[in-house]
Amino acid sequence: MVYSLIDKFDYQNVLDMMIKIRLTEEEIAKRYNEQKMRCPTHLSIGQEGVPAMLSVLTGKADLVVSSHRSHAHYIAKGGRLPQMIAEIYGKSTGCSSGKGGSMHLIDEDAGFMGSTAIVGNSIPIGVGLGLALKLDKSQGISIIYFGDGATEQGVYYESLNFAALHKLPVLFVCENNAFSVYSPKSVRQPHNRSIVDVASAMGVKSLHINGNDVNVSLSLLSDLVENVRSGKGPALVEADTYRKLEHCGPNWDDDLKYRPPQEVEFWEKNDPIDTFISDFSVPETVINEIKEKYKLEIEGAFEYAEASDFPDPSEAYIGEYAT
Amino acid sequence: MRYREITFSDAINEALRESMRKDPKVLCYGLGVTDPKAVFNTTSGLEEEFGNERVFDIPCSENGITGIAIGAALRGYRSVLTHQRLDFALLSMDQIVNSAAKWHYMFGSQRPVPITIRMILGRGWGQGPTHSQNLQSWFAHIPGLKVVVPSNPHDAKGLLIASIFDPNPVIFLEHRWLHNSVRSIPEGYFETKIGTPKTVREGSDCTLVANSYMVPECLNAAKILSEEYGIQTEIIDLNTVRPLAMEGIEKSAKKTKNLLVVDSGLSSFSISSEIVSRLALAQNDLTIGKLALHDISEPTSQALIKEYHNNSDDIVVRLLDMLGLGSKKFKKRRINEQKDIPGNWFRGPF
Repeated sequence: MVYSLIDKFDYQNVLDMMIKIRLTEEEIAKRYNEQKMRCPTHLSIGQEGVPAMLSVLTGKADLVVSSHRSHAHYIAKGGRLPQMIAEIYGKSTGCSSGKGGSMHLIDEDAGFMGSTAIVGNSIPIGVGLGLALKLDKSQGISIIYFGDGATEQGVYYESLNFAALHKLPVLFVCENNAFSVYSPKSVRQPHNRSIVDVASAMGVKSLHINGNDVNVSLSLLSDLVENVRSGKGPALVEADTYRKLEHCGPNWDDDLKYRPPQEVEFWEKNDPIDTFISDFSVPETVINEIKEKYKLEIEGAFEYAEASDFPDPSEAYIGEYAT
Repeated sequence: MRYREITFSDAINEALRESMRKDPKVLCYGLGVTDPKAVFNTTSGLEEEFGNERVFDIPCSENGITGIAIGAALRGYRSVLTHQRLDFALLSMDQIVNSAAKWHYMFGSQRPVPITIRMILGRGWGQGPTHSQNLQSWFAHIPGLKVVVPSNPHDAKGLLIASIFDPNPVIFLEHRWLHNSVRSIPEGYFETKIGTPKTVREGSDCTLVANSYMVPECLNAAKILSEEYGIQTEIIDLNTVRPLAMEGIEKSAKKTKNLLVVDSGLSSFSISSEIVSRLALAQNDLTIGKLALHDISEPTSQALIKEYHNNSDDIVVRLLDMLGLGSKKFKKRRINEQKDIPGNWFRGPF
């Protein structure tokens, strides 16, 4: 299909969002060694496809929780960029007032309810949001992002079970990037067992997609979201994807040789943005226009963060309790 | 306000009922909440009155269910979770410590997490190592949690209502041996302020600080000390261990100069250790002591448990020794009593 002939406006927005996330993450990586962003930072470069697709399938009434690698999810849900960057810089204008850092982002106005840093920790919290949405008779759904490592936590199964039992409006989104830090899935889960099969057996409608192939996956994901929204109970999507940089930090780390070169090469060829551009023959001029548009916004977010004040040390002692 | 005598477990039931009537966003769930025994009758009749959307039994998923309560709290729901033993709630430490306790702080004071987690403390009748732990000091160590430990039906009701409507996560520790205790308390809705220890007996000679099941034991000890030795004991009921309010304890210590903390948990790294250290740092003219459990797990056999727990006799002995009066001549009153049951009426199984 030729880019100018894409009939669904959604596809263009997915591309826009993927580029916005990519440019933001690349800018963080570029500046990280300045030592001003002083917190563990897990970049989403290479994994933009799934959140970008969900950004066009969900709205304000929908709620998101996520885990340690959450920049893409925050941005895709409409979280404010200057506040996210300021949070990573530890500034008082940060979305968590400097108390949380890169791994604890929040923008409730956008429906991004929080990301937490313990693997699997936010999964039941997202189910609780689903319970509340059901009790409120809301049209919204709860979207829970997690990685393949989280599917090894007990609380993941507890959460699937409860959501299925109570038919909650929850979409479990497993971004399977094949690694838990440096540990491949092969040392963590039996070879022949699939994440979607287990979830299906637990009563959760499940779908396996290539998270980097927007052309094929967007409509499948759209159907799944509609299924959850129509009150038929929870669903799970396992989306294969790959991170391009190290687990935590701004660097390329394949010199460590923990990932097979042919696997790295395969995913390099299946980069979600490049794949989209090639599938839809997007002209370079269009890409440049999009990049130009976000360059200013991203530049502005960093300027905002740099110009913001640090919180006063006394603020560390405020906020233990709500009053 | 009309008063009438009810049990501790009925007081808990009334607190839940009054709270659920007041606010439709109060939910109540936990293992056994709707079963025929209704968690020692504390949740009886709630499902009938409020429906199965607000009151329900759960899968055996303590950690998951705690996260679910937190998620619902982010949309304004006030969940009351129930664990039939504190020991079972240990499966949910990630959600309690990393999520519930920290959410308000780590997201810059944007979103409170109003959940109440009832945990029942077991003791005796073979409850043994994993059905009997009072880990109040674990929870009290965590910023963001409140830890409430009532000793009587009045406070059980007033403090549970206050906990449910507190905007913060509250760990509510109920001693199983208190469930059948009786007191005349008000009908209807009332709150008892969290973080306000109560002086339940006034005295000029020495101070006992205790909570939960050790408060009635202290009251018994004070009676013996008064009758047999003419010693007037002041008793402070420490119904909240976090936040820990020291003012009343310090004031009483200044007056009596002798203070013993009676702890129903293990001795090391305990609430009693904390109070003793704070007092020692603040005042240097005091005689201070603590009486807590030996640093071992509760054994199961009735033979092994004989010297494990402390009762009013043990409190009297420790206090007499502390005051330099000697305890050798004191005739223990409860020498024939079994320490693995709350009274001869108790027939098990738990």
